[in-house]
Amino acid sequence: MTTSEWAIEAHGLVKDFGDQRAVDHVDLNVAPGIVYGVLGPNGAGKTTTIRMLATLLGIDQGEARIFGHDVVKDAHRVRQLIGVTGQYASVDETLTARENLDIFCRLQGLNGKAVRIKSDELLASFALTDAANKPLSKFSGGMRRRLDLAASLIARPPLIFLDEPTTGLDPRTRAQMWDTIRELVSAGSTVLLTTQYLDEADQLADRIAVIDTGRVVAEGTADDLKALVGTAALQLTLSESGDSEVASGIIARITGAEPTRSPESRRINAPLTDTAVVTDVLVALRERGIHVAELSLQKPTLDEVFLTITGHTAESASDVENEERAA
Amino acid sequence: MSTITTTAVAPGFDRDLDRNVSLTQTWRDSMIMARRAIIKMRRTPEQLIDVTLQPIIFTVMFAYIFGGAIAGDVQSYLPLFIPGILVQTVLTGASAAGTTLREDMDKGVFDRFKSLPMARIAPLAGALTGDIVRYLIAGTITFVMAFVMGYRPGGGVLGVTATMLLVMACGWALSWIFALVGVSMKSARGVQGIAFLILFPLTFLSSAFVPTETMPGWLQAFVRINPVTHIISAARELCNYGTFGTDGWLAIAGALVVIAIFAPLAVRKYRTHT
Repeated sequence: MTTSEWAIEAHGLVKDFGDQRAVDHVDLNVAPGIVYGVLGPNGAGKTTTIRMLATLLGIDQGEARIFGHDVVKDAHRVRQLIGVTGQYASVDETLTARENLDIFCRLQGLNGKAVRIKSDELLASFALTDAANKPLSKFSGGMRRRLDLAASLIARPPLIFLDEPTTGLDPRTRAQMWDTIRELVSAGSTVLLTTQYLDEADQLADRIAVIDTGRVVAEGTADDLKALVGTAALQLTLSESGDSEVASGIIARITGAEPTRSPESRRINAPLTDTAVVTDVLVALRERGIHVAELSLQKPTLDEVFLTITGHTAESASDVENEERAA
Repeated sequence: MSTITTTAVAPGFDRDLDRNVSLTQTWRDSMIMARRAIIKMRRTPEQLIDVTLQPIIFTVMFAYIFGGAIAGDVQSYLPLFIPGILVQTVLTGASAAGTTLREDMDKGVFDRFKSLPMARIAPLAGALTGDIVRYLIAGTITFVMAFVMGYRPGGGVLGVTATMLLVMACGWALSWIFALVGVSMKSARGVQGIAFLILFPLTFLSSAFVPTETMPGWLQAFVRINPVTHIISAARELCNYGTFGTDGWLAIAGALVVIAIFAPLAVRKYRTHT
């Protein structure tokens, strides 16, 4: 009955909250055994998409399959294949770490001794053994996130959804979370993670879908996406901010692409397909008497990719996703 | 945070998966969730304040307010009154089920329950089943107060035990009404308001405190179909005479009808709740 070879296959997913369209015809194809990153700012529809795929939220239009099983018609089968770690820790605040794991183990069908063995194993792997019997109110954000992830791994699911797994974590804990995610994939699981950190998607994800206002605006490997904005980026800082507009015009004419400007800092950022044109740009600027204070040539970052594709930066926040939870 | 993955994860495609939740699993999951509710109760004992204090205060208060007026003196009022206040106390305890459920559901952990291959009814059934502990506390304290005030139930220990079992079972059944309110409303405060509006007619428009003969006809009609009336009558029989009759069967039938109507509605509402 499994005809698909995709771990996740979604076609035209739509979700409306009132008259607001949170997810607008999203298509996703995720191959098994990879980390797939869904990248976008707050309110882009990442959480809503994950919740639909994880059977937590109804689908208004479109369809989705997890390892070939329809998430609506075959939800119970899908739930046996997934682990979900939410943006807000989905563990019980009034219970201890061990009590939490015990309950989730039992709900996954474990019994008697197996419960204790599994809980011990997970507590140890996530460095929570010492805190096992403390109430969660004494836990740090990182510990909570670890417990949450541990709870998602009880049944060794082949597909793991991680909704912003590192939001709010300090850099060290974040690096640990990244290691854990890599280990999960090397053991054979597929991971779909959402993130608003371009760096995170760049480091972890084998493929990335850039999502903005409920739509997938770009999809591919990190390199594919970077190629969209040229092979390199030229960054210029002008001596006089008044020259910014003229300089941009010159750069656009020579490189054939519109540069982005930030006039207040006198910086211009221009995508390049051919680095040789840098000389032409500099000569043209000198001919017009425009002085360059600083110059650098960089491989493009995903930040620039995001800016180029969506017209705004990944960090510009809106509150749609928070409203969703209230709805 | 390392070495979590010593063995390979079985591929997603060739797993043998259950199509549906079996009845045994439904029972199992509900019991696990009941256990969770009881652990939480132990962790936050303030949840038990209502079922502890209410029977102490209300039993004494109502006995002395109504006793003289209705039965001439408090002592002769007790056999009529104690089973009534017992049912009312347990139902007040049950009316908190919706609020607890609503507050619980707003927390992230319910996302996990929804994502697990567990019975959909279990989070609700488990929470309501855990509440039986509250009814047991409320009932026991009511009987202790009654005993202190001089009530000597004619049904003896057996009659009182049977009364407790019947009232706890019916309390569980009727708590599905409040569970539906809990999963339907957006805020815990709203749930509490509606729960009171349901609780008061249900308990006061019954034979709990006063004989029903003095009520107008239309009210008597409601009192007669109110399952609470039959629960109270059955409790009086069991408590005072140790017998189980028509009212007992009507009480059980009423409880079953309430479950049959409200449990599916509550589960449906819970499933579609985002």
